[in-house]
Amino acid sequence: MINSLRAPYDGVVIAAPVTIPYVRYSIESAQWWIGRALSALVAQAGIKVSDIDGLCVSSFTMGTDSGVGLTQHFGLCVRWLDTIPLGGASAIAGLRKAARAVQARDADIVACVAGDTNHVDSFRLTLENFSRFNQDAVYPYGAGGANASFALIARNYMRTFGVTREDVGRIAVAQRANALRNPHALMKAPLTMEQYLAARPISDPIHLFDCVMPCAGAEAFLVMRDETAASLGLPAARLLSTIERHNAFADDPMQVRGGWAMDVGELYAMAGVKPDDLDVVQTYDDYPVITMMQFEDLGFCGKGEGAAFVRQRDLTIDGDFPHNTSGGQLSVGQAGAAGAYLGLVEGLRQVLGTAGPTQVRNASLALASGFGMINYDRGLASGAAILAGPSR
Amino acid sequence: MQSKNLLELASAISSGAVRVVDLTFTLSPDFPVIVLPPEFGQAAPVRIQEISRYDGRGPAWYWNNVTFGEHTGTHFDAPIHWFTGKDLPNNAVDTMPPKDMIAPACVIDCSSQAAQNPDFLLTVPIVEAWEAKHGRIPERNWVLLRTDWSKKGWRDYANLRDDGAHTPGPNPEVMKWLVEQRGVIGFGTETIGTDAGQAGHLEPPYPAHHFLHGAGRYGLQCLCNLDQLPATGAVVVASPLKIQNGSGSPLRVIALVAPT
Amino acid sequence: MIDPIKPPRRKNPLLRTRLPASPPRPRSRTSHGFTRAAAEGRFMLQRCEACGSFAYPAREACPSCLSADLAFVDAPRRGMLLAETTARVPSDVYFRERAPWRIGLVKMDCGPTIVAHLHGDCAEGAAICMSLQLDKSGQAVAFAHPEGDTPNMADDKQWREMTADPKFRRVLVTNGRGVIGQEAVAALKAAGAKTVFVGVAEPWRPFAGEERLRDQDGIEIVTLDAADEKSVADLAADIGGKVDILVNTTEYVRPGGLLDRRGTSIARDEIDQAYLGFINLAQAFGPAMRMRGADGINSSAAWVNILSVYALANWPAFGAYSASQAACLSLSHCLRAELRPGGVKVMNLFTGPVDTEWFQMVPPPKVAPRAIAQAIVSGLKGGLEEMYVGDVAEEIRQRLAANPKALERELDR
Repeated sequence: MINSLRAPYDGVVIAAPVTIPYVRYSIESAQWWIGRALSALVAQAGIKVSDIDGLCVSSFTMGTDSGVGLTQHFGLCVRWLDTIPLGGASAIAGLRKAARAVQARDADIVACVAGDTNHVDSFRLTLENFSRFNQDAVYPYGAGGANASFALIARNYMRTFGVTREDVGRIAVAQRANALRNPHALMKAPLTMEQYLAARPISDPIHLFDCVMPCAGAEAFLVMRDETAASLGLPAARLLSTIERHNAFADDPMQVRGGWAMDVGELYAMAGVKPDDLDVVQTYDDYPVITMMQFEDLGFCGKGEGAAFVRQRDLTIDGDFPHNTSGGQLSVGQAGAAGAYLGLVEGLRQVLGTAGPTQVRNASLALASGFGMINYDRGLASGAAILAGPSR
Repeated sequence: MQSKNLLELASAISSGAVRVVDLTFTLSPDFPVIVLPPEFGQAAPVRIQEISRYDGRGPAWYWNNVTFGEHTGTHFDAPIHWFTGKDLPNNAVDTMPPKDMIAPACVIDCSSQAAQNPDFLLTVPIVEAWEAKHGRIPERNWVLLRTDWSKKGWRDYANLRDDGAHTPGPNPEVMKWLVEQRGVIGFGTETIGTDAGQAGHLEPPYPAHHFLHGAGRYGLQCLCNLDQLPATGAVVVASPLKIQNGSGSPLRVIALVAPT
Repeated sequence: MIDPIKPPRRKNPLLRTRLPASPPRPRSRTSHGFTRAAAEGRFMLQRCEACGSFAYPAREACPSCLSADLAFVDAPRRGMLLAETTARVPSDVYFRERAPWRIGLVKMDCGPTIVAHLHGDCAEGAAICMSLQLDKSGQAVAFAHPEGDTPNMADDKQWREMTADPKFRRVLVTNGRGVIGQEAVAALKAAGAKTVFVGVAEPWRPFAGEERLRDQDGIEIVTLDAADEKSVADLAADIGGKVDILVNTTEYVRPGGLLDRRGTSIARDEIDQAYLGFINLAQAFGPAMRMRGADGINSSAAWVNILSVYALANWPAFGAYSASQAACLSLSHCLRAELRPGGVKVMNLFTGPVDTEWFQMVPPPKVAPRAIAQAIVSGLKGGLEEMYVGDVAEEIRQRLAANPKALERELDR
C-alpha cells in the first residue's frame, strides 16, 4: 500500500552502456574484466579516470578484494563507494544507490560495474560459499547449484497454474531468435521448440535450454546528473522509477511471486506510465519460469496468467512485446554478477537508440528487472527500474 | 675331569656325534596356557608386538617387545612357585644354583597308557617296573614323563571339559617317593603343568608341585620330542631366565644324546 | 514401487574399486543440533521458547519474534510433499555418481518447509514422515518417507546410502565366545547378512554355545584374538576385503576399582583386550573398510562398538572396567573421524549391566544379550551413531545431561 510516493529521481540520468564481450572460459581475473569495463566507460564517455568519483561494483570472483581494493588497483579516488552482493538484483540495487548519491551531490560521476571471470572451477567455488542456509540445508541434498532449488520452484509453479514446458519454452525460443542478431551472444545456433522440448533433463522439470551458461564478461554504465551529461555531450537516459524488495512473501510455502508484486504499483506511479506504455522489457531470465513470474508480478498480466500471456504475445525484437532483446542470459551467457546488468545495459542502449542489430524501432521507454540470491528455497532479492530515452 | 673331555664333548656336539634334541615348543600367542578359575589372577597371554621391521619405525632393524607370564609355554617352575617351597633358601630362578641347570634325565614312556586314558596317573609300581628294565633312578636326575601328549592338536592337548582339564600326570604317592626315595632334581611333563589336569582332586592337591617344590626341586612342562630321547643317558640343559625373585620362566630346554 | 535389491555378484577382481566420495560437508555450528538428533534417531527442530514457532533452517534468532531462545526439541514428523525434482546431472561428484537423485520440498505440519531427500515411494501432495539421517559425509540431512510401510521399503537406493543395513552384507563379529556375540551373530544372520564371520580366541578352549555356531550356513568361525596383533593381521589378510560391517563384541568384565585390587594384572588384561584389541582391529580392518565405502551393494558401511554406559560416568564398583571402557569410547571417536572419509559409520551402543555372569550380583533391571543384538540390527538399519540400550543406560544418559556431579555422587554408593 502506497501512502505517499518516494522522492522522484529528478535530474538523474544513466549513460555509457558498456558490455565487454563474453567468453566461455577466461584465464584472466575478475579484476581484469572490471578493468576492461572501466576503461571502456571512460573512453565512451570521453572522461578521464580521475573524473570518476563514485564506484559501485558487483562480482562473485573478486576473491578477497572488495570495492576498496579496486580503487587502488585502478587508480580511482572516490568519495562514494559500494559493493553490492545481491546477485541478479545487483544492477537495480546499485543504480538506486548511485542515483541518490548523485542527486544529493555526494558524487558527480558514479561508475556502476559488474564483472566476473569463469575458470573451470569458478561456478563450484562460488556456490560452495554462497550462503549459510544453502550450506546447511540445500547443498547436502545434491543441489550443487541453483538447478534443483529452481526446479522445485518451477515444478510447483507449473503444477499450481497449469503451465506446460511448451509455455515456458516460448520464452527461451524467442530469446534465441533475438540472440541471433547479437554478435556477442555465446549461443549462435537457432533453437526450435522441438529442440527445446527434447533437450536432456537437468533436474526435472528444468531441461538443458532452461539453464544459462556461466561465462566470463563485464557490463557497466555511468550514473550522473543531467547537467553533467550535457556538459560532456553524452547521450543519457532519464531514470523514472525504481523498486527493490528482499525476502517478500516469506509466508508463501513455495515461491510463486517475487518482491516486485509488493511494489509494482509504486514502480509505475513514480514513473507516471502504465505497463502498456513500455517499448521494451528486459527481465532476469535465470530461469525462464522466473521470467514468466516477472510478467505477472510487473503488471503485464494477472497471477497465473503468464502462460496465456506468452502464448498470446510475440516476444521477439520485431514482435508486439519485445523482450530480452539481446537474447537474455539464456542465449548471451551469464557472466556472474554481470548477469544482473545485462538487461539494464541493453535497455539503456535501446532507449538511447544505440542497440544496433537488436534495436527495437523507436524504443524510448524500457523496463529492466533483477532477481537473485536463491537462499535456501527461494530467490530473496528483487528490483526493477524504468528508463526513458532522450526522445521521450 | 680334564678340560679335554669338555672340548671333546663340544666337538662331538658340533659334528653331530652327540645329538642336541630341542624339547621346547615355540613360544607364541597361539599356544595353550593354563586356565585358572576366572576369579583368580590369570597369567598374561604371550604377546609379540613388533617395534619395527626394516621400516619407518626403524629402517635397518627388526625387533619385538614380548610379553608373557612366567609360566607360559615350555617353562620351568622354581621352588618359590608353590607355598610348600616359599621359605627354602635359593628357591627362585635368580638364586638357584646354576649347576642344577644341567642334569641327566630318565624318560619313562607311558604313551600307550595315556593314549587309553587322558586321566592316566603315574604310580610307584609303574616306575618300579621301569627300573627293573633300566636300573634304579640315580639321585639328582630329572624324571621326564613321556606321554606323547605333545603330538596332539591343541584342542586335544588342552583337553578342557566342563569339569576342567583331563591330562595325564603323577599321583601323590609316586611324587613323594621320587622326591624322598630317589632324590630327583625335578619332574618334567609334556602337558600344561607337572600335575595331572584333575590333580586338584588329589590329596594333597597338585602333588607334583607340593612335593617337588616343598623339597627345593624343580618342574618342567610343555616339553616335546621326549620320544627322541633314550630311557637313560640323556643330559638335559634347562636354564631359566634370571628374573629377579622369579617363580619360573619360559626357557629353551635341550637334551644331549650320545650315540648308541 | 521399490524393486527389491538383488544379492550382489562376486566382485570382478580386474576392475578398479570405486573410491568413496562424500556429499557436501560444511555445516554451521547451530545446525549440528540436527547432527545430535540424527545420531540417535530423533527428529528435532528449533522451537522458539518465547513464541512457540518452529524454525528451519537452523538459525540464531526466531524469524517470528527475534527471540534468541531457540532450543532444539523433539518435533512432529508429519508433513506434506509440495514439490519434487530429480537431479539428473548434479555437479557434485558424490551425487553425480548416484544420479538420478530425488529431492523435494516438504511443508511440515508444525510449520517450516524443509528440503529433503526423498524415499522412492514419496508422492507429491501426499503425507510424508520426516527423519534426520547421517549421510555419507557424517552430517545430518532430512529424509522423507511415505507415511506407512511400502513393499521393499528398506531397499530404496537413497535410503541405503543413509544406513548400514546388514542385508546382503558380510559381518565380522569379533568375539563369539560370549552370549552377546552369539546373539549378535543370530540377529545379523536373521537380518539378511550373507556371511557372519565369528571371531573366537584360543580355539583350543571350548565355550558354551559353540555347537550352535558351528552348525549353521552362512556363519564361519574364525580364529581371532583381538589383543594379539598377529592374530588380527592374519585374519585381516584372509577376510579384510570382505568385512562390510564389523561388530566389536569384546567382553572383558571384572568387578573392582582401585583400592580393592592389588596390582595391575587384571587392569592389564582389561587394557590389553578392550583398548589394545580395539587398536589392533582398527589398524588391521580399518583401512580396507575405509576404502570400500562405495563398493556396491555390499559396500563397507559400519563399525559397531558395544560399550558400557559407564564409559560415560565411572561406576566405582566396576571402576577399572569403567575406565577401560572410557578409553575405548575415546578411541571410537578417533576412529569415527578416521573412517568418515570412507563413509563408514562408527556406531556406539551403550548398555547398562548385562544379564551375564560378571554382573550376577547387580540387581535388575539388566539388559538381555538378545536386546543388545536387536539394537545392533535396528541401529544399523536406521543408520544411527549412538544407541542407549535398556533402562539403566537411558537413565544414565539423562542424568549425565542434567547434572554430571549429581550422577557422580549417585554412582558412588
